[in-house]
Amino acid sequence: MHELSIAQSLLAIVLDEARRHQVNKVTKVAVKIGALAGVVPSSLTFSFDLIKEGTKAAEAELVIEQAPAVGECHTCEGEIDMSRLVEQCPHCGSKDIEFTGGQELYVDHIEAE
Amino acid sequence: MAEIEVGRSILEANDKLAGQHRERFAASGVKVLNLISSPGAGKTSVLEQTLKRLQGRLNCAVIEGDIQTDEDARRVAACGVPAVQIQTQGACHLDGVMINEALAALDLASLDLLIIENVGNLVCPVDFDLGEDMKVAVLSVTEGDDKPSKYPALFQQAGVLLVNKVDLLPYIDCDMERIHRTCHQLNPEQKVFDLSCRTGEGLDPWVDWLTGWAKG
Repeated sequence: MHELSIAQSLLAIVLDEARRHQVNKVTKVAVKIGALAGVVPSSLTFSFDLIKEGTKAAEAELVIEQAPAVGECHTCEGEIDMSRLVEQCPHCGSKDIEFTGGQELYVDHIEAE
Repeated sequence: MAEIEVGRSILEANDKLAGQHRERFAASGVKVLNLISSPGAGKTSVLEQTLKRLQGRLNCAVIEGDIQTDEDARRVAACGVPAVQIQTQGACHLDGVMINEALAALDLASLDLLIIENVGNLVCPVDFDLGEDMKVAVLSVTEGDDKPSKYPALFQQAGVLLVNKVDLLPYIDCDMERIHRTCHQLNPEQKVFDLSCRTGEGLDPWVDWLTGWAKG
């Protein structure tokens, strides 16, 4: 339910960038959201589309790239799929593993005219 | 058509405010906890029991986040501790702006420990840094042993996990070992205390640890 606050923060950044680069119209907003960030893409799109009306981003399409939950093994340095909880490295069996991705929540780029 | 590289965190405004609060807390010498759980896990009961045991040991204050009512703030104030209520009017989490307003009512310099009780919710509060030194997760055994794996973000970020209502274990199917195992996997550094606010079991080790942490 916090996607509306996230959308408000997102729109503020988009409009700030539009102002700084003196563009008339933002056509695309590309964001990256990690699987563990606790943000539901469809709810974020719904909220963003609601609040963008009447701004320079009114026609902007929100494109969400989802980043997977991944980890790394400190022993064999292999990458691990952490979308399900794993207790040990599937490659070498080591328990010395750590999350490295999945928390992303940032604006990558925008397209504007 | 122009492509503009942005690379900005969507939560930057909140993160900036949290950073300012963190500096203010450090300058005042007050340690700050952000207490997070689902509704009904026992956050306010944990607070009451903890504050009672901290009397004479630490100067405490509480910021209470609730969607409606000031019932929790009144429960905390009854423990003789200053309590500031934030009513979020529907919002599912506390953010930096709300904390900023609440801080106006507190004398930080006179405090050793400030506990922020977040809105009952296992998901949203985790995204919003409040400038705290540590997140504390409360999980009650009646919620089920699958919750840490279903809601990993909180259990990954919490420096302390309080497993509440352990007096009910004989009556329910909850695998404590699974809770401990999953949380250790998500955060090997996490301190875990199993306790019951109803019987008082397990509260002293937690409060002793907290006292040492706050003074450290």
